Formats: sequence, structure tokens, C-alpha cells
Amino acid sequence: MKVHEFQAKEILRHGEVETPRGVVCHSLDEVPRALKQLGGSVWVVKAQIHAGGRGKGGGVRVVQSEGDALGAARDILHRPLVTPQTGPEGQIVRKLLIEEGIGIQSEIYAGLVVDRSSQRVVLMISPEGGMEIEEVAAATPEKILKTQIDPEVGLTTADASVAARFAGVPEPLIENAARFIQALYRAFWDNDASLAEINPLVVTTSGDVIALDAKMTFDESALFRHPDIVKYRDLDEESPAEIEASDAGLSYISLDGNIGCLVNGAGLAMATMDIIKLYDGEPANFLDIGGGATTEQVVAAFKIMLRNKQVEAVLVNIFGGIMRCDVIAEGLVTALKQIDTNVPVVVRLEGTNVETGRRILAESGLTLTVADDMDDAAAKVVQAARS
Amino acid sequence: MGILVNSRTQVLCQGFTGYRASFFAHRAIEYGTKIVGGVVPGRGGQTHLNLPVFSTVKEAREQTNASASVLFVPPEAAKDAVFEAIDAGIELIVCITEGIPILDMLRIKQHLENTSARLIGPNCPGIITPGQCNIGIMPTSIYQQGNIGVVSRSGTLFYEAVAQLCREGLGQSTCIGIGADVVSGMTFVDCLKLYQHDPGTEAVLLIGEIGGAVEEEAAEYLASVNYPKPVVAYIAGRNAPPYLRMGHSGAIIAAGRGGTDKKIEALRDAGVTVVNSPVEIGTTVRRAVR
Repeated sequence: MKVHEFQAKEILRHGEVETPRGVVCHSLDEVPRALKQLGGSVWVVKAQIHAGGRGKGGGVRVVQSEGDALGAARDILHRPLVTPQTGPEGQIVRKLLIEEGIGIQSEIYAGLVVDRSSQRVVLMISPEGGMEIEEVAAATPEKILKTQIDPEVGLTTADASVAARFAGVPEPLIENAARFIQALYRAFWDNDASLAEINPLVVTTSGDVIALDAKMTFDESALFRHPDIVKYRDLDEESPAEIEASDAGLSYISLDGNIGCLVNGAGLAMATMDIIKLYDGEPANFLDIGGGATTEQVVAAFKIMLRNKQVEAVLVNIFGGIMRCDVIAEGLVTALKQIDTNVPVVVRLEGTNVETGRRILAESGLTLTVADDMDDAAAKVVQAARS
Repeated sequence: MGILVNSRTQVLCQGFTGYRASFFAHRAIEYGTKIVGGVVPGRGGQTHLNLPVFSTVKEAREQTNASASVLFVPPEAAKDAVFEAIDAGIELIVCITEGIPILDMLRIKQHLENTSARLIGPNCPGIITPGQCNIGIMPTSIYQQGNIGVVSRSGTLFYEAVAQLCREGLGQSTCIGIGADVVSGMTFVDCLKLYQHDPGTEAVLLIGEIGGAVEEEAAEYLASVNYPKPVVAYIAGRNAPPYLRMGHSGAIIAAGRGGTDKKIEALRDAGVTVVNSPVEIGTTVRRAVR
């Protein structure tokens, strides 16, 4: 689960990670009071959306007067912000974070992720703060220090100090920086984060170590033990179809093509997209109805998929293991009777209780094309989408 | 032959009395799997599916001599359940549970390192040696006895591949669904090492997907040992949009890492026959073994 920068900073402050002081504004009216509350003469106006690359899209502005602050806020708030991660239509900015200006001595990158190959949480530190870490990794990998963290021991003071020194923190501030990095790790671990990225982490001109920016995402499987983090979910940042899908326990991603795909299992869903492409078709979505899906979930899946008006044919590809074919067939029949669509549907069923599943489809009175196997199904659906 | 499980393997079921556990344990018993009992905390002394229920794995192991355990416990209870199985000396732990917190899995992996126990999964379909032993949630009717070893990160795509093998008249020695979570137990390399020395396995089929590096690691291993058996692979997700999370937590592709192209290149360089189309898996394996 993603959260906004201001929410990540709230979580970090609870964990004694220092951040700039800031105020969240939802409208222009709130801007002058925010500036007054923060004091000083330099502020940063930052768009709060879930996508990264906000600076590149003009969503982060340094201002030195109330007039400039209002101007920046007017440019950003309630408008779509286009960044390298939003897609061309951008994401509407509904909140601004206004922060006190910070005198920067040096910028560092600090990130924590779960590393698949070492099966450990890994601390990544680089003196190249403010740059995209992927670019640093590609161009100058020697400028990134990776430290594997033992889950029983945690991040030691020694490892944190080595990391701080690698990042070029001046010697008198090493202890301070190491404490910062350890606090960041504790905030990551205690909240079941899957990513924590401080880019940049800055050493200020007054010698403080502070998180100038913050990005955190959280393991959705662990949210059951973090009700405080669940509260941070911002539905405005998610597409209505994706919210509906996640509420129904489905995994749905909208794509550009015209062939709707309803598949059980992510691997088979990806293979289904691959075979559609090999027949020169274009998938309209990725939709995995998952393991223990119910009839209601299949109904929800069909409704979400068919709301996309680009869909000209649907391929249902089910290989039943844990998901029994009779459950799928019942869901399909219920969904299609409720939805009343003209879109041709090609169904391929195989696996547990397949005979019962096929009988339910045959006795439903619906017009469905039944395919023998995956190859046949792909050929038939691509043809149906063309005609 | 086959690896890890056979007709003599005695299996416990943790979370035995739950709906799904009961459904799949019943199917496993019908298949001929030696399910010898179940573990449900606080339910010791009861019987379920005509088998004894124990409150702890330790007790169950003392009474039954089971060497394997399959877990259908809820995700929030999974860490303790796997720890319990490891500490009771279970040699093969098959974790079907989906949605275990990643940091719990890190603790499990750490604990496993100091033992000889093997973990398959989590969030996986299980393991089957056709005709002998079925542990998990696979549709058993599709499997046939034979000598192709199959390892898959995906569940349903795994069944698709097996169905294609059977259509070509190719049975399987042992099939393993290892799951595709960010942190999980046995890898392609672990399985390849076992198939290598199994006289009942003539060739190995790997079903991989975008994200992670287990395919690249398999390629490195195969190249380093001059693997004595043909290996065929299919990697799903060539047309997966970048930066999108596809279904399970493993399939994350970002910044070119874990992409299908690199995996395919690495495997081909290691002498693996990589299938382009997901419907040509069976025919490709047939050509590889003849």
C-alpha cells in the first residue's frame, strides 16, 4: 500500500526520524496560515500524489514570499500533475505539503527494501542524493553501498556508521547520521514496510541529519496488524476500477487493447496475454481472480472488465486447482445473466470438477464459445474481437 | 522414483479441520497419499477424516513418525506454524497459505538456515510424485507417472504445462510448485540439484515468470555444473506492462531488473531450451527428450 509523502513523514517522526516541519493544505485559503505557522522566509510547496518524479513534473517549488507560494499553489493544486510515473493524463493534485526551507550542506540517498536474492532487508546508501537510484545503479554502481540486515539482530550501529561514512557524512556527524539510519530501519521493520526511501536525506548547514523527502510503501499482507497505517489509504489516488477490484479481492490492471481477459492465477494470466499477442491481439486488461474466488468475485470481475468500453471480446481462461471449475461456471452464468452483454465470450475451462463446470455452462442457455485448449481459445477470441 | 516425496512419505496437515484443508486432505487421501494425522491447536484428541488430531506438531510427530507437513493455516498464524514444524523436526514443509507478511517470511528463512528442513512455498500449489504422493492443492487427475521433473513459480500455469506434457505422452517424476512470493523456500536451483541425481528424472521443465532472479540463478547453476539432463523453460510475462504489480507479490518488474528478456537470454546461454509460446511447452519438451 502506498502513502503520501506527508503521511510517510508522520510515520517516520513517530519513529524519531527527523523531517522538516510542514503543513498540509487542501485549498489556497489555507496557504497563508501555513506559511505563518512555519515562519521563516523560504518554503517548499510540494504536490502530494502517490506517483514519483514529482519534481520533474513541476510539482515541487521553492518559494520566498506569500505571493510566490500562492502562485505555486494555484499552479499545482486541483490540477493534473504529469510525471514520468503517472501516464500522460497525469494525476489530480488534491493536497499540498508546505514545508520550511532547509539549508542543505549535502544530499544522500538512503533506501530500505526487501531484497529477493539475499532474502534479507537491504540498506542502500549512496552519496548521490537527489538522483534516481536506478540511474545511479546503472551508471555508477560503485557509488551504492548495500548492507544486508539480519532480521534477528537488526541494523547495528557499526553497519549504520559504515554506511554514513560511505555516503560522505562529515566525521563529527557520523554518530547522528547512524542514529538516523537505525531509526529509519526500525520504522521500516515495526510498520511492516516493503520500501522506505529517503531521497534526499540531507545534512543541513546547521549540522542536522533530516529526511527532506520520504517515500514508504507497506506490505498489504501485514496490514491486519497495522490499523494505524490502513487509515492512511487515500482512495482518491486509486482508479475506481482498481478500488472495486481490490475490495472484491481481485487483481485488475487496465491496458490499451480490446480483448478482456479473466484468468485464475497471475502466471496463467501473463501467459494468456503472451498467447493473445502471438495471435496479434491486444489484451484490454490483466485480471487475476486468484485462489479461493467465490461466485460473487467472478460477478465483480466480469462487471469491472466489461465497464471498459474498449472490450470487444472476452477470454475466460481457467485451469482449476484450488479454484474449482463448477464455481467459475456458476459465477460466469450468474454474471452474464446479470450483465446482459453483447460482447462475445470465449471460455476455456480445465481442471478440478471440469465436467460439472462444462455442464453448468451447457445448461445455462447462454451463447458462449467453448474452446478446447489455450491455443484454440486465443485463436477464437482474437477472431471474435475482429469480427 | 522422483524426489522429496514418494509412496512411503507420511504427511501431517496443519490447520487440518478447516474447510480447505479438509477438502484437499480428503483428495490427497483418495489419491493414496499417506496422510497420518492433523494438527490444530487445542483440538488434540479429536478425530477428523478418520484420522487423529493433535494439538502440537511435536506430539503429532512423536505419535506418527510423519516426515512432511502441509500447512493450510491462516496467514497471521503461519510464522508460528512453520517454526513449530521446523522445531519438531519435520523434514519437508509445504506451505499453501497465501498472504504471509514478508517480514514474517524473512524470520522463517533465517530460522530455516540453521536446520536441514526444506520449505516449499508459501503461496504455492504443493508437490506431487504422480501415482505415489500428492501434497497440496493440485488437480491430481491431470498428472501422469513418467520421467519429466517440473518446477513452477506459478500455480495454474503449472497445471497448463503438465496437461500439455500429458498430451504429448510425457508423464512426470515429481512436480513442485515453489510459489512466486518475494521471500520463499526452495528455489529452481534447489530443485535442479535434486533432479540431477534422480534416476527417475530424464529432463526438467522450469516455469518461471517476470520479477526476482531465481531464473538467472538457475542459469548460473546450470552453466557451472554442465548439467547432465535436458532443461526446458517457459518464462511468463513477456508482455506484462512494466512497473505494474501482476497478481502476486513476486511479479514485480522495475527498471529492467527481473525482466523476461534477461532471464531468457541467461537461460539460453546456459543451454536451456526456452519456449516462446505458452502453448508449445509440451511439444518442446518432447523434442528435447527424443
